[in-house]
Amino acid sequence: MSMEWLGQRQRGVAVVVLAGLVLSILVTTVLAPLASSDPDGLERVAEDLGFADSEAQSATADSALADYALGGVSDEGWSTRGAGLIGLVVTAGVGFVVFSAVRRRSAGHDRAR
Amino acid sequence: MHIPDGFISVPVAAAAAVVAAGGIAGALRSSRRLPDDAAAPLAGLVAVFVFAAQMVNFPIGAGTSGHLVGGALAAILVGPSLAVLAMTVVVVVQALVFADGGLLALGLNLTNLAIVAPVVGYLVFRTVMRIAAERRAAVPIAAGLAGMAAVLATASAFSLEFWLGGTDAVDASLVAAATIGVHSVIGIVEGVITALIVVAVLGLRTDLVAGVRRPRPDVVDQGSGLAGASDGQSGTPGGQRVVSTSDSAER
Repeated sequence: MSMEWLGQRQRGVAVVVLAGLVLSILVTTVLAPLASSDPDGLERVAEDLGFADSEAQSATADSALADYALGGVSDEGWSTRGAGLIGLVVTAGVGFVVFSAVRRRSAGHDRAR
Repeated sequence: MHIPDGFISVPVAAAAAVVAAGGIAGALRSSRRLPDDAAAPLAGLVAVFVFAAQMVNFPIGAGTSGHLVGGALAAILVGPSLAVLAMTVVVVVQALVFADGGLLALGLNLTNLAIVAPVVGYLVFRTVMRIAAERRAAVPIAAGLAGMAAVLATASAFSLEFWLGGTDAVDASLVAAATIGVHSVIGIVEGVITALIVVAVLGLRTDLVAGVRRPRPDVVDQGSGLAGASDGQSGTPGGQRVVSTSDSAER
């Protein structure tokens, strides 16, 4: 591993991450409110074959964000946007913790060699 | 595509949790040596984008919808190990915060969406690219097939789980036929979206697509409209890439 290429991909990764985050926010705020509310493939199969009623409520079903709706917000679009944006923040936060640990460990491994 | 609680028996869900834990442990083990410092933040970005994309259900007709799984996309962009970890983050957040996919069914959903989808997607992508001698022109086809195969594999995994532990008396072969049938339509959309995004990223920054290797030297790549054969990117079987200085001219 020469130092020469190490900086190559590293450079501009902040810009890429920023652009990707903006794109994700756009998907959440522009596309998600337009999403189809029809049952998804699995729900459709469960309804058609008559096993939909075997569904049990998840222990998290009472979450204020259950089903991607922000509790207490009556406007459907803003409810979805709000829940989605919170979801992005939570995913980014959990992802940051997980992948920081992965990166630290990888760096430590390199040093140990 | 997210399995709620109750569809599959608790023992089978528990067995799936063991499978998922094994897969995640394997992904952690093989991500012990990242190719560079950019890999980890890019994996985090992939998790955020997949979360956003999964909110967008598209109608596929007959009062049914589907959404991007993103497992194949993630694996093509950041490699299978980091993709498994990124998908794990997404599925766990969905189950815990959004009640999307049951809590007892978490092991099932992790197995299907976070392990099977990225692993199958990556295997199909790499197989097609290898057959095509790493030609850039093959990327959309390889990515499209990878996305489609990943969704079909996820539907097949659910069918298997239902056969093993479905709580309803309905014939498991009927469930398999219906599940795979409807997901072959969703899979086509998944394939198209996967191909479009991979081609777009590849066009902007060749170094950001972990699954794409340098075309074989004996191959003259024609008409791909992408970076071409002399983009200075090379690969090793371990998924690590080296980006030479000539690559910077593209940016």
